[in-house]
Amino acid sequence: MSTVTLAGSTVEVDAEGFLHDPAQWNREIGREIAAQNGIAELTDRHWQVVDFMRKAYLENGTAPSIRTLAKASGVPIKELYQLFPKGPAKLAAKIGGVPKPRGCI
Amino acid sequence: MRPPAPISENWTRMAHRIVILGGGTGGTLTANRLQREYGSGAEIVVVDRDDRHVYQPALVFVPFGMADPARIVRSRSGQLRDGIEFRTGVVDQVDVERSVVHLADGAELSYDVLVIATGAELLPGETEGMSGPGWGERVFTFYSLEGASALHRALRTFDSGRLVVNFIDVPIKCPVAPLEFCFLADWYLRRRGVRHRVDLRFVTPLDGAFTRPAASAHLAGLMERKGIGIETEFATGEIDGRGGRLVSWDEREVEFDLLATVPLHGGAAFAGRSPGLCDDLGFVPTDPHTLQSRAAENVFVIGDATDIATSKAGSVAHFEGETLVANVRRFLAGEPLQATFDGHANCFIETGFHKALLIDFNYDYDPVPGRYPWPHAGPLPLLKESRLNHMGKLMFQPIYWHMLLPGREIPGIAAAMRPPAQPAETNDRKGAPA
Repeated sequence: MSTVTLAGSTVEVDAEGFLHDPAQWNREIGREIAAQNGIAELTDRHWQVVDFMRKAYLENGTAPSIRTLAKASGVPIKELYQLFPKGPAKLAAKIGGVPKPRGCI
Repeated sequence: MRPPAPISENWTRMAHRIVILGGGTGGTLTANRLQREYGSGAEIVVVDRDDRHVYQPALVFVPFGMADPARIVRSRSGQLRDGIEFRTGVVDQVDVERSVVHLADGAELSYDVLVIATGAELLPGETEGMSGPGWGERVFTFYSLEGASALHRALRTFDSGRLVVNFIDVPIKCPVAPLEFCFLADWYLRRRGVRHRVDLRFVTPLDGAFTRPAASAHLAGLMERKGIGIETEFATGEIDGRGGRLVSWDEREVEFDLLATVPLHGGAAFAGRSPGLCDDLGFVPTDPHTLQSRAAENVFVIGDATDIATSKAGSVAHFEGETLVANVRRFLAGEPLQATFDGHANCFIETGFHKALLIDFNYDYDPVPGRYPWPHAGPLPLLKESRLNHMGKLMFQPIYWHMLLPGREIPGIAAAMRPPAQPAETNDRKGAPA
């Protein structure tokens, strides 16, 4: 766990840059994490996914996987990959200030 | 708490009525344990769509001619103790409000307790092109008996080109099986003297060889030593069987001459037709420690059918059995449930050359080196290739039919994981709700 400053706020992040405490998050922090991960601007479509991710985590205590995300957020998988290259579930969780989705094992 | 027996239905009835959906590993061992527990004090009915029980741990051996398909199938009903009713039928849906199972033929089964043990289904149709042209010719899955047998025929004449092993996404049954397949393919092709002409490659949607860090690093090292390539974070969106290409959602491509793939998994179809029963992948939300479903307090879930965050594997169903049966008994007696299941899983990983690895883990502890089942005394080494582990895997088949399915304890193998002898990093999933 380390402490970093994002958008003027001091927050705790894990080794991969996921916020430790979702309560420390705000939208400015989300924008800065996005920029650091190659997404210069978050569109409404990005926010639709990020907000869904955050809501799902806060309600269920676990961040949804990519399949659940596609089925429930209303954004098809193909587009999720265009919005959040490489790992949409992971990146949307990071931007939304919630822990990395576990996937199942 | 709901009264155990609906008095209005038949007030003279004393026996508890327990319906178990699924006659696989979890359903069979649950039925046998409950029958031993209650004797004539419970009417136990097991429902399955057919009477073929496949010993799934051997499926990965079939493509390499190491297991005879005819010898890994037995009858489901033959594994059940006398006094258990076996019924062949397709479940249409479960009405958890009224505690009734509706079968597709119109029959209704009412229950005091329902145990869902319907496992995971393969969903090849969910991936574009998977079951299209090339399916059964150069695209195969070894996750079904038919697929594994067909792949065996294809591998026998495969002597050059690129063999790709892949899975589409988690969760899958036995998450180490694709890696085992790679190790066994390496060995099989070497034995046939053609390994140098085959490019063997593992394509995974994960960011490493396996989900758990310590095991992932170890397995990645092993793959490198065996010359098996690995392509990570490859989320397959399409399989082009005719052109021999895997295409990812972010438009990367991997070419293949022969593909051994693992389709997406989902829960049983009836779960999706039963209001409020399952999540959007068809798995049944379940308390990770008591194994009671979230949908109704008289519904319990075991094995691959649950949504809990441990492996979908027979060992897990075996370890769950003890907690589940104790909690069914407690529920029927009107007592509070016990939260005793710890997510314990263990798996043998065949690595070829008559050797295997063994890993042991639970919700809190990652797989670590050491000995099993006793921390220092062994005899089986953890996270290390050994001949003894291979013997263990081979010996497991008689144990499965004669001890695990009858619901007996296996000497020395405790349901709860023994914490590792050396302090291990507990994984960060600790305390997270499943």
